[in-house]
Amino acid sequence: MAAWTIYCSFLGAAFLALKPRGSASFSKVAALIITSASCLLALCACLQPGAGEFHIISRCEWIPSLGISWLLAADGVSLVLLLLTGIASVAGVLFSWNIEHRPSEFFALYLALVGGVYGVFLSYDLFLLFVFYELAIIPKYFLIAIWGSTNREYGAMKLALYSFVGSALVLIGIIAAYVQAGGHSMSLLDLSRFPFSQDFLMWVFPTVFLGFAILAGLWPFHSWAPTGHVAAPTAASMLLAGVVMKLGAYGCFRVALPLFAGGMEPWNASVLGLTSWRDVFALLGAIGILYGAMVALVQRDFKFVIGYSSVSHMGFVVLGLMTLNATGLTGAVLQMFSHGIIAGLLFAVVGRVLYDRTHTRDLAALQSMNLFAALPFAAVTFTIAGVASMGLPGFSGFVAELHVLLGAWPTFPKLTVVAGLGILVAIAYTLRAIQKGFFRDSPPDDSIPTEPLPAVTLAERLGSLLLIGVAIFAGLYPSWLIRLIAPALEHELFAGVRKVAGL
Amino acid sequence: MNSYLELLSALAPETVLVVGALAVLIADTLVVAGLPARIRKMILVLVGVAVCGLAAGSALMIPSEGVLLDGMLVLGRTAAVVKAALLFLTAVTLLIWIDGQPVAHPGEFCALVLLATVGMMLMVSAGDLLLLFIALELSSICLYILTGLNKGDAASAEAAVKYFLVGGVAAAFTLFGISLLYGVTGTTRLDAVGRSLLNLVPAIQHAGSRPDPLLVVATIMTLAAFAFKIAAVPFHIWAPDVYAGAPTTTAALIASGSKVAGFFVLGRIALAGLGPGGAKALEITGWLTALSALVCASIVAGNLAAIVQSNVRRLLAYSAIAHGGYMLIGVMAPTEQTFAALLYYAITYAIASLGVFAIVAFVEQTSGGAALRNFAGLGRRFPALGFCLMVFVLSLAGIPPLAGFFGKFFVFAAALKTGAAGWNLLGLVVLAIAASAVSLYYYLKLLKQVYVADGEKRPGIQRPSFILSTCVLLLAALIVLLGCFPEELTRHLHDAVTAH
Repeated sequence: MAAWTIYCSFLGAAFLALKPRGSASFSKVAALIITSASCLLALCACLQPGAGEFHIISRCEWIPSLGISWLLAADGVSLVLLLLTGIASVAGVLFSWNIEHRPSEFFALYLALVGGVYGVFLSYDLFLLFVFYELAIIPKYFLIAIWGSTNREYGAMKLALYSFVGSALVLIGIIAAYVQAGGHSMSLLDLSRFPFSQDFLMWVFPTVFLGFAILAGLWPFHSWAPTGHVAAPTAASMLLAGVVMKLGAYGCFRVALPLFAGGMEPWNASVLGLTSWRDVFALLGAIGILYGAMVALVQRDFKFVIGYSSVSHMGFVVLGLMTLNATGLTGAVLQMFSHGIIAGLLFAVVGRVLYDRTHTRDLAALQSMNLFAALPFAAVTFTIAGVASMGLPGFSGFVAELHVLLGAWPTFPKLTVVAGLGILVAIAYTLRAIQKGFFRDSPPDDSIPTEPLPAVTLAERLGSLLLIGVAIFAGLYPSWLIRLIAPALEHELFAGVRKVAGL
Repeated sequence: MNSYLELLSALAPETVLVVGALAVLIADTLVVAGLPARIRKMILVLVGVAVCGLAAGSALMIPSEGVLLDGMLVLGRTAAVVKAALLFLTAVTLLIWIDGQPVAHPGEFCALVLLATVGMMLMVSAGDLLLLFIALELSSICLYILTGLNKGDAASAEAAVKYFLVGGVAAAFTLFGISLLYGVTGTTRLDAVGRSLLNLVPAIQHAGSRPDPLLVVATIMTLAAFAFKIAAVPFHIWAPDVYAGAPTTTAALIASGSKVAGFFVLGRIALAGLGPGGAKALEITGWLTALSALVCASIVAGNLAAIVQSNVRRLLAYSAIAHGGYMLIGVMAPTEQTFAALLYYAITYAIASLGVFAIVAFVEQTSGGAALRNFAGLGRRFPALGFCLMVFVLSLAGIPPLAGFFGKFFVFAAALKTGAAGWNLLGLVVLAIAASAVSLYYYLKLLKQVYVADGEKRPGIQRPSFILSTCVLLLAALIVLLGCFPEELTRHLHDAVTAH
């Protein structure tokens, strides 16, 4: 059933691309129906008994001579991310209800991107996973380059090239591993059982991990993320921050960790106090947390604040992955889910609700507009999202970051402190943004025309409520998600990871 | 000794094509000369396509196996499949011509296209270095003329002169190399040359693994004309000018059929000539060193130069050079599997670049140039054409699930699996994959014009003709289908190659 999320999205994309140019509202409604249907499918898949266990969804031969098959399967982690994709894509459609420029093309590309993302989350054949992963690059480019705003062509090209460089690294690793393992099978399960030589693992692990982590916004390869997010149209930045960055993190989790876990064994030497690739990536993750937060603190452009906060939050995911223990890994997956929802909401408020009405994202300009009075709904939504983003208990972000910190403490105590500092700075930049954006009492500026801003539409309200509801639900009842994730981590795929972690 | 009849039936496709070319010439002077230009062209193209169809049919239907004329000709299923592919490419090239640039002498043009194809087909079936050379020259000379057929056009004439000079020098090198090789081995038959090189291996290894200088000169010089044919750096300088200056149809033929034939020959020299066990021979003769230099230079120079191009034809030329580099990696690891992968890559690459040229031809006719800005807004004016262009370009860039990606994947995986005489090809594969990440930049630059930039609005713009649209759609469908179901073609090729 979960496989239909992929088929649904791609069929929808083909339908919208081929249909004669008609009214914009038809495309919107069609896109909403398709994304909602996929979202419901994903939800149903999560609700099935035993959904967290590994189970195969569909399998058939594809290129038998190379041992490549169409192997779709899922475990709890896949399903959690599937659900996230479903929710984010529905919200994305709701927040692009005002698209008037080439709407059917917009939604066709949008659905193609969503379909590619679903495909990555469900593929258990390495080749298939890579195909879907690459497939997502092209729609991203066009979504930003055609419908984007500030510096869109630059942002789009930068994003496409960073993604492609990342996937080139991944491709090198994949081909090398496939050939090393004898070239009989591309299935993740088969490859994870193959005993690669230690020398091989020592270079292939960092290559593949880095390749995926570029798309997860790993510092210092994160710079595509803020520019891309800022340039993208609202729905695309919601998907980019909400889901596409998760693709990278998921690739690390699903491919780099289980297949090449041996690459995290300590080196024989110590370089600057680092003794393994695990230390290196954990350090980069922690730097990302603090660096992203500090940069977000000084941004003038509202969207850049959120763009850098994404880098900071994704740092938690990388740190969580490198803990290699169940708590940290659970935290990483929860953080992916939580950040997907919250960043989507933040981008939606700033990119759609605010920017489309005030036509500026400059914090200095916004603070003279008295937006709390003009757009109370936006102010409240953003405040809730901001509070959730800074990790207040009761929202999903808190649970996720707590898990990551708890998991990281035994292995990386110093980095845990750095990450904790990052949370403090996160409170600072979020409060600064909320205050400057919405709640500054400044004398009315006569130079700005004071005509009332257009009211917040129903679609925007629905989208916001959906995302806020999910963030609160995941914050108050995280055990539902954790129950899905836990059995996935005990699968034999992660046997190598447990071994390296010494568990 | 074989009789002429046997020879003619074994070479039925080539015979059909030669007769067809003559028929085209005669028909052009006697029958259609007085007709209006477009109808004249149409009739010639129809005849040409029919001849290609007939020849392809006879290549696939009449089973011709074995070795003829003391090893001059080696026929088999691989040759038949590749010939059919070549004929398909030629037929589509001719169809594109209907809408393309007009040329001065349509009858001669059509006949020369057919004769160039005969040359390529003979390259595919030649089993002897001399016949190989003659076939290569036949196709090259036809292509020189085709490049410069528009005498009034300075760019075309310049391109032809460059093409001819570089080609002539390369051919001279090769002929010299072959004569040296004959001196060393006492034969020009490909398999016999391979065997006797193999026999030389122990002697050379005994002498401290120092390759014989004569042998090195001989083999590397032999490489020259083939490197020229596939436009590998440093034999590439003709490519940008010819791609840009030649009539579109000629450029399309050079980019598609000529490439396939060139790679087939290189692959076969490496595989059948020197044999799977002969990888050592490849090394001691300096082939591997020479090839790896060509690979690196082509990949780096091709991709970097392509970045700064503003003319789509030149951009394609440099991208073709880069692709030549990727494909040469497959030549370095001679096994049946790599050979099949190489052929898959070459054929799908040819289909994609033929498709791009078809659209370039159309854009040139309607907007007067092939600069990047001439493509602005194409995707909005002609959604189907724009979409097809996107398919071709993304296939060239190597985005799955299009055929171009699988071509690269097959070749790289096969090359890594085989290795080349203890050489690890990982370094070259890493370079190639890294460079293809760079290449996405210039491919996206073209697609940006097609989809993102707003084209100028011109009233009454010409629409693509039915034939052109059909051809382009057919090619795009092939790229998508071969990409989604690569097994269909690879199995075919693999069976054919291993059947030898």
